[in-house]
Amino acid sequence: MLVFLWRRLVYTLPIMLGVALVCFALVHLAPGDPLVSILPPDASAELQATLKELYGFNRSYPEQFVSWVWRALQGDLGTSIASNRPVFSEVMKAVGNTLRLAMLATLIGFLFGCLFGFVAGYFQNSWLDKLASLTSVLGVSVPHYWLGMVLVIVFSSILMWLPPGGAGPGGSSDWTWDWEHFKHMLLPAITMSVIPMGIISRTLRALVADILAQEFIVGLRAKGLTDVGIFMHVIKNAAPTALAVMGLQLGYLLGGSILIETVFSWPGTGSLLNAAIFQRDLPLLQGTILVLAMFFVVLNLIVDVVQTLLDPRISRS
Amino acid sequence: MHITIDPKKLPEPVMQRSAGYWQTVGRRFLQEKVAVAAALVVLVLLVLAIFGPWLAPMDPYQSSMLKRLKPIGFPGHPFGTDELGRDMLTRLIVGTRLSLFIGITPVICAFVIGSFIGITAGYTGGWVNTGMMRTIDVFYAFPSVLLAIALSGTLGAGITNSLISLTIVFIPPIARVAESVTTQIRGRDFVDAARASGAGAFTIVRVHVLGNVLGPVFVYATSLIAVSMILASGLSFLGLGVKPPEPEWGLMLNTLRTAIYTQPWIAALPGAMIFITSIAFNLLADGLRSAMEIKQ
Repeated sequence: MLVFLWRRLVYTLPIMLGVALVCFALVHLAPGDPLVSILPPDASAELQATLKELYGFNRSYPEQFVSWVWRALQGDLGTSIASNRPVFSEVMKAVGNTLRLAMLATLIGFLFGCLFGFVAGYFQNSWLDKLASLTSVLGVSVPHYWLGMVLVIVFSSILMWLPPGGAGPGGSSDWTWDWEHFKHMLLPAITMSVIPMGIISRTLRALVADILAQEFIVGLRAKGLTDVGIFMHVIKNAAPTALAVMGLQLGYLLGGSILIETVFSWPGTGSLLNAAIFQRDLPLLQGTILVLAMFFVVLNLIVDVVQTLLDPRISRS
Repeated sequence: MHITIDPKKLPEPVMQRSAGYWQTVGRRFLQEKVAVAAALVVLVLLVLAIFGPWLAPMDPYQSSMLKRLKPIGFPGHPFGTDELGRDMLTRLIVGTRLSLFIGITPVICAFVIGSFIGITAGYTGGWVNTGMMRTIDVFYAFPSVLLAIALSGTLGAGITNSLISLTIVFIPPIARVAESVTTQIRGRDFVDAARASGAGAFTIVRVHVLGNVLGPVFVYATSLIAVSMILASGLSFLGLGVKPPEPEWGLMLNTLRTAIYTQPWIAALPGAMIFITSIAFNLLADGLRSAMEIKQ
């Protein structure tokens, strides 16, 4: 087991380094001087040189990369050009909000996805199966930013049940455990949950059908096990894969929430990215993408390890 | 909305390639009503994309201060008007061309580049394969939406940059599928036989590998068009893709956002077009996959 953990970790390190390299390259890929947004248009050559020196842009790329990674490891992602605050604290605050939303969305998506997937796989080719399959196709095909708008139209504009945007009453962005804050979370979370729901239900349908076709099920039936008993066996066999898919979906939602956050003015990483892009705040952009991608890599690692621990059938070599 | 590939379920090469293979595929495809319906919808969309400007009743850029945000069914404007008084039906029809263009082009480019990378890596094997596929893995560490937005955000707004970013997003998954199928083909007896009879690497790839690999990769790429449509329009929706006043569904959705309290259903129309297109391509890809008997 330890060998497996070690190997998996060693495999992840180069990927993390590669991710850092891509994030680093992003700033240098951007057209124009990365300092252009903080320099006054009539800046003297002297001032430009001083700032270049200050931000380290006068050194060679490898030198810059190494010092950037070194500082990032210590939690220093630079200073946001627009707000002049440390990028790390800005990102972490936003990550909290996005994580909260993504977790609720994953939970909703997982519950309904499992329900649809199990029903579809258990009653294969019945009308229930067709209905569940249709829901999952719709779930993976819907442009979620549009779905968000439609939900706002129905539940905020017409029915006036739920607030159309923001994270709390009066534009507050901090979380407290009350009904008002939860109400603000509901629409964006439901919008977000549609994708994992479609994917989980699709995966589970195939999985359940696969398990039911195996010989041990016939054996269990021959033994006289009731449907409920067989159902328990199916759950036990499907659980590791279902949980793995759920973990990965959480990662996708964390990184992919930008469009939904824009629709609902949710103060998370998506809104932060959006602001960074349009203010050409490259350190903030770089930092946010790095943190989100790292979250995703680590989550992948955790999912892999947990799945291997749960499922004795997966070989650990 | 996400590109997910289960490594245990990568498609297998299609081997039974007799003379009647495509006839069989065609017959099987025609038996699936849903897939045929999806194909018809795609066909209608293509017709709109090509002939849209001639089919549309009005000028898509003609605005009118007096006729702003008129409801669905307004005389002369069956789908109402947008925030500048332009005819919605016209803009939805004319917008098909640009919306399909920015959605499909990245997948085609990624299909060409990704297949090339994947087949090269798969056929060469060894450390070349390891090196190429590990590099590809790095791009897998980014959720597709994040990578697309990060790239087009740094490159700057515009159609070209959004096409480039989406192409980069779709190269890794296509390359991975192509690599996996090529690796399986490479181990088959007929490749060994060709090599033993003196065929060069180029000939083997051209005659034996391409024919068996491109089918499954093509079907996989078709299923990516749905994702690509949503992402491309999403970039325009954020203001990173197509620029006003061009008619494009994602951008129309963005500029109509302010109208969701006054004319909600008009504001939702462009998104419905993206939704329909995306469903049609998803169902078409499903139909193709089962007609070609690709397990995935």
